Amino acid sequence: MRAITYERATTARGAAQAASAHKGAKFIAGGTNLLDLAKLDIETPAHLIDVNRVPGLDRIEPTADGGLRIGATVRNADLAADRRVRRDYPVLSRALLAGASAQLRNKATTAGNLLQRTRCVYFYDTSKPCNKRVPGSGCSAIGGFSRTLAVVGVSDACIAHHPSDMAVAMRVLDAGVETVMPDGATRTIPIADFHTLPGKTPWIETTLRPNEFITAVVLPKPIGGHQAYTKVRDRASYAFALVSVASITGPGRQRFAFGGLAHKPWRVEAAEGLKGADAIADRVLAGARPTEQNRFKLALVHRTLDATLRGETA
Amino acid sequence: MDQERQGGMSRRDVIGTGAVTASILAIPNMAHAITDEAQAQSPQTVPVSLTVNGEPKQLMLDARTTLLDMMREHLKLTGSKKGCDHGQCGACTMIVNGRRINSCLSLAVMHDGDEVTTIEGVGAPGKLHPMQAAFLHHDGYQCGYCTPGQIVSAVAMLEEVKAGAPSFVSPDLEHVAYSDHEVRERMSGNICRCAAYPNIVAAIRDVHEGKTA
Repeated sequence: MRAITYERATTARGAAQAASAHKGAKFIAGGTNLLDLAKLDIETPAHLIDVNRVPGLDRIEPTADGGLRIGATVRNADLAADRRVRRDYPVLSRALLAGASAQLRNKATTAGNLLQRTRCVYFYDTSKPCNKRVPGSGCSAIGGFSRTLAVVGVSDACIAHHPSDMAVAMRVLDAGVETVMPDGATRTIPIADFHTLPGKTPWIETTLRPNEFITAVVLPKPIGGHQAYTKVRDRASYAFALVSVASITGPGRQRFAFGGLAHKPWRVEAAEGLKGADAIADRVLAGARPTEQNRFKLALVHRTLDATLRGETA
Repeated sequence: MDQERQGGMSRRDVIGTGAVTASILAIPNMAHAITDEAQAQSPQTVPVSLTVNGEPKQLMLDARTTLLDMMREHLKLTGSKKGCDHGQCGACTMIVNGRRINSCLSLAVMHDGDEVTTIEGVGAPGKLHPMQAAFLHHDGYQCGYCTPGQIVSAVAMLEEVKAGAPSFVSPDLEHVAYSDHEVRERMSGNICRCAAYPNIVAAIRDVHEGKTA
């Protein structure tokens, strides 16, 4: 890991200001993804802004309209175990608990989870071209090892996937991402608009502006229904999803968001009025461009959705 | 411990010396990488004060020093192992302010003021923690490399179950109960390449049931 300078932020706006004052600055909270990548020279921060001690960012609070505001540094383990989340947003608890290991969940944060980078092996291999790591260098995954990668929303520049489980649940729950700018301006970005598709600029992964700092993720008031998170992976625990489905079902309505399929949590609202796993899956996968190695994911979406609709969600 | 001593040096002393040698050898490469870059800068040295196994410690560290390297290289607490250094194996597991974490993926400076427990603080020869005794009784290891991380992780894991924290395999998120199935899921962040898993699960079960090994 390269040499860094370090500072501790005391306010959210102060963190954003510190980022604008230092070239190569990065916020650090849990550090579980950033330090992993920094050790491999994939991320090369020159200045780290530690936001762990910013007062209030570690709290989960009710909102005026009956929802929950989850502070940026709330740990994945704490969020999954929160009584209100377990009772009112069980799909979020399940998704969080499906991700990583207990040690990582004790450290990883809500905002950091949204911002985690892809697990495409070529992004991690600094000896190979990767448009996400080195813009314009090419994509080694197209025609390479692509079994785990995206099948929808891909481009000729990148077929990387977003690895988060938590973000898939946030998408099905219609969460909002609250931020602050160095000048103090705040905004809420709907989760649907937060992550981007790779297009011609795969190194851009979110709609955050430079130095914009995430302060919280807000959940709308609980909508009830049967909530589940079904994850299919290569081993029973501590593995990234090949395909996952966050679902909320009940009389007369259904919502589905998918992990493992795209550069962002994948949700096609137009499919949610359809009946039956095959009709829904066909609509969700419309325009899919799988590789020979990950074509199996298309069938896996049908089957995982079918299992979810039949209540087999383990 | 006495039987480990060879020629006046314990195995731990040898490892400690080896680690220092390795870090000296690594310096030329690191310096090369730094001077090569436009964003080159001198390492920033930062003060770090924390409590390690009940004792207050104060150090001056390169800001990028991980909690794991601080323990192994600076405090010579070599019980915590550097398996993968990327949060994948769990051999470096420590308990920080009551929670188990991968110490390889956390900077020491981020833990200023924190209370850290390493395997050396869990138990010691002559006064083993019940989890250590149970691992011995059940042969919860073969090569032993992952064992400090397994034991530290297991001690914290039982506290998580006691506190009612759910896992992915909990049938009811709101009412959590202990089971071997739960233990396998909750311990998945600790890899054992010798695959001593059945004996590890048995050792943890004994401690959960309050059996003395």
